[in-house]
Formats: sequence, C-alpha cells, structure tokens
Amino acid sequence: MTLALAAGVIVAGAVYLFSRREMMRVILGFVLLSHAVNLMIVAAGGTFNRGEPIGKDLDPSEVADPLPQAFVLTAIVIAFSITIFMLVLAITGRRDDDVTDDPAAAQSTAGPDLPDPRWDPVSRRVITPGEEDDA
Amino acid sequence: MTGSALALFVAIPLITAGLLVPLKERWRLNAAVLMTVLAGSLGGGVALVLAARDGSTLATSIGLWQAGIAIPFAADMLTALMLTATGLLTLTCSGFAIATRYASHRYFAPLVLVLTAGVNGALLTADLFNLFVFIEVMLLPSYALFVLAAPGRGRLWAVAGARLYVTVNLLTSTIFLAGVGFVYGVAGTVNLAELAGAAKEDDAVAAAVAICLFALSIKAAVVPVHGWLARAYPATSPTVTAMFSGLHTKVAIYAIYRIYAVIFDGDSRFLWIGVAAFSITMVVGVLGAVGETTTRNILAFHMISQIGYILMGVALFGLVGLTAGIFYLIHHMIVKASLFLSTGAVEVRYGTGSLDRLGGLAKREPWIAVSFFAAALSLAGVPPFSGFVAKLSLLMASLSEGQIVAAVLMVLVSIVTLMSMLKIWSGVFWGHPPEGLDPAPAGADAPADPDEDEAGAEPAAAAVAAASSAAGSAASSPGTQGTARPDGAVATLPADAAVSSAEPGRRRIGPALIAPGLALALVTLTLGLGGELLLSLSETAALGLMDTSGFVEAVLGR
Repeated sequence: MTLALAAGVIVAGAVYLFSRREMMRVILGFVLLSHAVNLMIVAAGGTFNRGEPIGKDLDPSEVADPLPQAFVLTAIVIAFSITIFMLVLAITGRRDDDVTDDPAAAQSTAGPDLPDPRWDPVSRRVITPGEEDDA
Repeated sequence: MTGSALALFVAIPLITAGLLVPLKERWRLNAAVLMTVLAGSLGGGVALVLAARDGSTLATSIGLWQAGIAIPFAADMLTALMLTATGLLTLTCSGFAIATRYASHRYFAPLVLVLTAGVNGALLTADLFNLFVFIEVMLLPSYALFVLAAPGRGRLWAVAGARLYVTVNLLTSTIFLAGVGFVYGVAGTVNLAELAGAAKEDDAVAAAVAICLFALSIKAAVVPVHGWLARAYPATSPTVTAMFSGLHTKVAIYAIYRIYAVIFDGDSRFLWIGVAAFSITMVVGVLGAVGETTTRNILAFHMISQIGYILMGVALFGLVGLTAGIFYLIHHMIVKASLFLSTGAVEVRYGTGSLDRLGGLAKREPWIAVSFFAAALSLAGVPPFSGFVAKLSLLMASLSEGQIVAAVLMVLVSIVTLMSMLKIWSGVFWGHPPEGLDPAPAGADAPADPDEDEAGAEPAAAAVAAASSAAGSAASSPGTQGTARPDGAVATLPADAAVSSAEPGRRRIGPALIAPGLALALVTLTLGLGGELLLSLSETAALGLMDTSGFVEAVLGR
C-alpha cells in the first residue's frame, strides 16, 4: 500500500511537470515518472521477502525475487542515458529551452538574421549570437 | 542454420559498431563495413526464411541458461520475413545515405549498426522485458541520427522535432515498462512462451498486457495517438525519415501481431476494438494528408493511414486476415521507403520538398519520376504492383469476416490515397518548373521555410551540387554529381555564391541517388507480378500465429 501511494504521488508530480512548457521541467517529469515505474516493478515482485538473493541454499520463503531487481537496474540505466540526451536537447536552442515545435513560429520569433548557437572549438564553449559582444 | 546462430543478428552489428567508433575521418572504410554487415544481416534473414519454410521455429536460450530464466531468441516465418525486409531497407537507405554524403558523418555507420542490432533483437526476442530493452537499443541511436549533422550545420527545426520525438518515445517506453511490471505482478513471468494464452484465461493478465499493447500502438502511431509521427518524421533529413519509416513503427506492429497471437491467443472478445481503432486510423491518416503541402508531410500522414490497413490484419484474426496483414506489412515497408527515397532524392538536390516550389521534374529527372510513380501506384493499390495484391487480399479477408464497413472504408481510403499521390505527382513532376526552381539547392532566399533547413541537414550534398554547378567543372555529365566527392573546401563554400550562376535545366539527381528508390520500386513490381511467393510465405507465418504451440515449444526447449 505504501508503495502504491508513493508511486501514485510521484506520477501526479510527473504529470504536473509534463504540463509545463519548458523542456527542463518535462525532463524532470520523466525522472519522476521512471522512478514511479521502478517502484511499481519492485512492488510487482513482492516486498514481503527481504533476503538478498545471492549465495547457495537459499530459502525461497525469505529471499527476495531477483528478477524485478534486475529489471529495475536495467530500466534505471536506460532512463539515465536518455535523460542525458534530453538535457543536451534542452540546451541546444536559443537562450532558453522554451522552443516551440511549430517551425514557422520558431523562425518568426527567432528572426532569420540570427544564426544558430554554435560550438566554438577555439574558446571551447557554445557561442550564442548576440552574446558574443558581452563575452 | 541452428538456433544458436540467432544471437549473431544482434552481436555482429553491435560489436562492429563498437569497433568503428574510434576510426576517425575514414568514412569510406566505415561505409564499406556498414554495407557489408547490413548485407550479412539481409543474407541471414533470407537464410532464416528458407529454414522456416516448413513452419518450424528456431530458438535459442542466450548463455545456455535454463529455458524460462534465459533470454530467449526465437525465429519463425514472421520473424524471418521481418528480418529480411528490415535488412533490405536498412541496406538501401544506407546506400542512399552514402550517395547523399549523409553517411560521411563519423558516427553515422556506428549509429546505424546499433540501430540494426536493436531492430533485429526486438524482432527475435521472445520476452516482454527484453522487447523493452531492445526497443530502447533501437531508439537511442535513432535519437542521435535524428539530429545528426555536420558541425555547425545542425538546425533548430531538427532539434524541435527531436524534442518531440524523444519525449513521446520515452513516455511510451515508460508506459510499456509499467505494463511489463504489471504483467510480472499478475502472471509471475514475462516470457512470451510461458504467457501463452494467459490473457484469454485471466482478465487481470489481459488488462496488464493491454497496457503494453497500448504503448506499442503509440509507437505504431494508431489514431488517436498518432500526432507525433506526422510532426516528427518530416523534421529530420530525408535519409533518416526513409530509414525510420521502415523500421520503428513496423517493429511495434510486429510486436502487436506477436503479442496478440501468443498471449491473447487471438481472443475474439477484444477484436472489435481493433477493427474500430484501425478503421479510424485509415480514414484520419488519409484525410490529414489532404491539407499538407510538402512531400514528406503528405507521405508521413499516408503512413498513418497505411498502419490502419496493416493492423486490420490482426483485428480480423483468422488465417486469411493474418496472411493479408503480413503481406501488407512487408509490401508497405518496401513501398513507403521507396517513396521517401524518391522524394528525398528530389529534396536533397533541389533543396525543398514543397509542392509549390517544385514542378516539371518528370521531364528533367525521368528516372526518379518513374520510380516515384510506380511506388505511388503501388501504395494506392493499383495492379500490377504488390499494393494491389495486399489490398485485394485484405479486402477479401474483411468481407469473409463480415466487416463490411471496414471493407468499404478500405476502398474509399484507397481512392483518396491515389488522389494524394497524384497531388504530389502534379506538384513535383508535372507542369512547368516555377520561377526560381533552378537556383534552389541551398538557396538562402526563404529562411522562413522549414524545408530549407532540411537541405541544411544534408549540407555536404547540397553544397556539392551547388558548388559543382558553379564551377561547371567535373559536373558536366549528369552522373558525376552522385559520385562527386566532397572535400572540405567544397562543402564549406557559401551556397549563395553558387546559386547566382547555377546552370538552368540541367539534371541534378545522379544514378547513385536514383538507384535505392528505383530498386525498391522494382521489388514492389516483382512482388505484385509474383505475389504467390510472398503470399505463401505470409500464409506460413499466419499459420504460426494461429497455432502458437510450435513457437511455445521451441522457446521453452521442449
């Protein structure tokens, strides 16, 4: 029951974050959502047996189910790598990450005269047009 | 061929990809290795088709663990057909990528190889959690391919599309994972063979598997969860769109076929949901295409419509319906990729896929026109192409199952599809070239047009076309552009310099760009004239889905 409630609350938080426009909040929502699903998988394996499933002569009535643990481990790694990729997408925009998916609007708000931010190999940093003067 | 060889379908591409990553600036070697491995994968698929001709199933437990604990790989006729078709598509699309120089990016070959490993694994695995893992293995390189571009040439438009693509796919995968968790909770296993028929007997398992099927429907872009596809697919380069069109949604469709056949055992209680959803998908997809004005947007919406047709096969669960559905699946993968490659070749060389800004290409680029026209007729279901066989057999199946409304919708949607294809035909290939078509390759005149950015995603290709026109040197014969090699100096030449002096009325699309689309168009013609072969193979696959005992026994090693 505790697990179910915890998963429910976390999903609620994730859904709230998904309803925001910024990519960053959406990513945080995904971090929460993947945690909720991981809790659910652990719950699916049953939490009444807590013994570690390593070694010989294990008693099935005490040892925890190892399969959900393996599932969760795999899922965490996958979610982690995709989160990093999404973070890269979030900063690959202009100044803020609130980029519309409508190409026409994106072009009109950005203006055709500004080139995209680019990676400068000499100074080893991303150069955003318009900010070069400040630097 | 023995069962233990199945692991090679995943292992070889994965290991080769790892070996290719450290190779710097050796893109010819990369391309050669890529094509070799992909050809090997295709050959393996054909060998599997031969091995599964008698309806048998090859299976193996990875690492020789006990069946039930091990990761199971299994291949019956359906798997073998899918492996062959995906292998053929990845091979032709990579050939196209090499011709457009898109493959000259250092990471292109490794990414495509990991993608191949993921697709092969997802097709072969007989375990729900493993399916999740392999779908992720397939998606991660796809995310990178989506935004892959030469340094400094990436476009915001592609990033916006990638954001949509990544978030939708991650959400879907998470839902699928939750479904897998529920299945494990109620059934105590995620092995397909052990779950055989479980959903028919236990409603709790049915509900849990339904979550997985729902997630797969999002990935397959079934209406009403189709919106992402029509927006995301046109946002990347034409090469990648063609490659994804044949792989991602089709793997999801394959999984839906497999899961419904094995776990639900073709339960007739839920088939009406499929008939309703897939009929709506057919209609909404084709109507969405009516309002679009660029070739790739139109084709993306048609893809949604065709997905309705393909999945109708599983909703008409029966030997005739499944046979028709599997035939349709293979036919559609080939035809759609052919269309994307033909229009992609136009887009790469002319810098736009907008119907308003193209015209009269039938005279100037007759081979692309022929290739597009053949594939378009096949998509609409006109004989003698494979689309006719596919649509006719599906129509017969729905009539024999008493789904009259679905049958009528199929015919009506076909007519609208034909009209849409003629719209592309008259916009791109007929009529007179509009003003300013000639100086189009990387033109700087319309930064507000998203298609311009797509030309930017193929920067080397467009720049080479422009630069060689300007120089007027090595490009005097039509064929040389496709094989012209981009050295750094040419690729960085400003497009504007080339535009002003572009030579009008000259052919721009070389044979290397025409070949992939044309080859697939020939395949659809062959499958149409000799439909008997693929139909009998599809029937073997359908028999395997009707009676899953052979599959189950092979996976459990009994």
